[in-house]
Amino acid sequence: MNSQSNVKEVDGSVIVSETTKHKTESKPFLSKKKLKNAGLFTLFVGPVFLAFTLIVLIPFFTGIYYAFTDWNGVTGSVQWVGLDNFKYLLFEDKQFHASFILTTKYTVVAIVLTNAIGFGLALLVTQMLKTSNILRTVFFMPNLLGGLLLGFIWQFIFVKGFASIGELTGIPLFELAWLGDAKTAFWGIVIVSVWQGAGYIMIIYIAALQNVPQELIEAARIDGANRWQVLRHITMPLVAPAVTICLFLTTASSFKIFDANLSLTNGGPFKSTEMLALNIYTEAFVNNRYGIGEAKALIFFLIVAAISVLQVTISKKREVES
Amino acid sequence: MGHKYTGRTFIVEILAIALGLVFLVPFYYVVSNSLKPFAEILTNTSALPKVFQFENYVQAFEKLDYLNVFTNSLIITVSSNIVLVIFCSMAAYMLVRTKKKISNVIFMSFVAAMIIPFQSIMIPLIKTAGNFGLLNSMWGLVIMYLGFGSGMTIFLYHGFIKGIPVELEEAAIIDGCSRFGVFWRIVFPLLKPITVTIVILNSLWIWNDFLLPSLVLQDPELRTIPLATFFFFGQYTKQWDLALAALVLGIIPLLIFFFSMQKHIIKGITSGSIK
Repeated sequence: MNSQSNVKEVDGSVIVSETTKHKTESKPFLSKKKLKNAGLFTLFVGPVFLAFTLIVLIPFFTGIYYAFTDWNGVTGSVQWVGLDNFKYLLFEDKQFHASFILTTKYTVVAIVLTNAIGFGLALLVTQMLKTSNILRTVFFMPNLLGGLLLGFIWQFIFVKGFASIGELTGIPLFELAWLGDAKTAFWGIVIVSVWQGAGYIMIIYIAALQNVPQELIEAARIDGANRWQVLRHITMPLVAPAVTICLFLTTASSFKIFDANLSLTNGGPFKSTEMLALNIYTEAFVNNRYGIGEAKALIFFLIVAAISVLQVTISKKREVES
Repeated sequence: MGHKYTGRTFIVEILAIALGLVFLVPFYYVVSNSLKPFAEILTNTSALPKVFQFENYVQAFEKLDYLNVFTNSLIITVSSNIVLVIFCSMAAYMLVRTKKKISNVIFMSFVAAMIIPFQSIMIPLIKTAGNFGLLNSMWGLVIMYLGFGSGMTIFLYHGFIKGIPVELEEAAIIDGCSRFGVFWRIVFPLLKPITVTIVILNSLWIWNDFLLPSLVLQDPELRTIPLATFFFFGQYTKQWDLALAALVLGIIPLLIFFFSMQKHIIKGITSGSIK
């Protein structure tokens, strides 16, 4: 006990060291000092914790409850229906299944392309180019705009811009009605998100690449390694931690895509590009089936949480190893 | 590093510039067409405008109610940043300096909640918010941003404050300074670098956010830039002349922000992502 309180004092908490001193003098259950400290603690932590509880915790937990009800959001009646919503989602809701598969497919494609292109861009701008700084800015710029504006920009590109390029060049790829067909509309969303995400990922890879000691690379070059071997056996292993970070960043953001999905295709044509987040939104606020929407949201949460927990475990493990 | 600028570097440079131009093509299309009359957009999409005319902008500016919408976005982003910085820095400071179990529990709950996706909260949130009178009000929205932003903001402050030696504060307390005074006069000024990072990350997020304000602000008078753009596009589908001008009006504030804060933004993103 004694040694523990000493440690606390060394750790430097003013409050704790003062209360422990006080304790030795008098023994009332709640001393004045303790009360004052509790008051200070509440004053400092209280406001944001209150907002957090009201905005995040309470809705999150009531949401779990609503997932097991037939709440429609309009009438006051909320009936407990047990696992009915989940059974419906599992066995009947074809659109949910389609959205789920589509989102998974999209996530995989977006992760691979965003990271590959982001890494490529980082390699490019860390060469000794004269235009490196400008290019960095250019590649990063799409990232500033939110998904909503990006989707609208590309809506114009796909509808009018591509048609015009197709007319001028005669390349059939540009003559397609990109947003009018399920397959190309899917790739349209991929293009928009890669255009947005690659620059962001590039910034992180640049930071990692700049930490690779130049001497190592030069030594390997002198020993006769070619550029590819240097990249494969020296640079890549050294930036591996950044790769982990970027992979998870893109996984989480791709899986949760909403804004660009809404503004570019709004799920169309015929709901063929409706990703999970948009599907949940439609279920709740368009179909007014809040209970089922919540059940979907709960499943959505469990997947996102699983990804995040995996990320934390992997990066912790790496920290221990290194 | 001392590499020579070789022929190979030159080829790489040409390639990189070409790629940069590809990245800029969408901006070129949007900006150049926003300056054309409607008929010219349809017939001559790829060419530069024959005459630069700003008529579209005048109309879009008015129809968007741009000044009002811009002011709304600004008020919401600035006030959310202020409350986030004030309350989260205070909380993080107290949580670091109070070595008790409850500090850990509270801190972990903030961090754990960061993984909850917005879609899992939004449905009951809108209902609870209605009960507390937070709907259809900018202040309600600001309180929501305080709630949603608290996790990451406290997390970043917490990590930074852990690295600040406590001796400074002890000396001030001996000199008779209150805890409140210690925090605001001594600790808070030391937090400036991380505060800049936090403000940039939160500003980009809040300014661009669409879903939350679309659920909270129903009154057209209260719309933010993304909201107004969304409704404008819905209303003027296929009227590309006005829609594109509106889009550019939405992009301009972000570009100004970016070019005035470029260094901080890049730094903020690098340090914010490697949490």
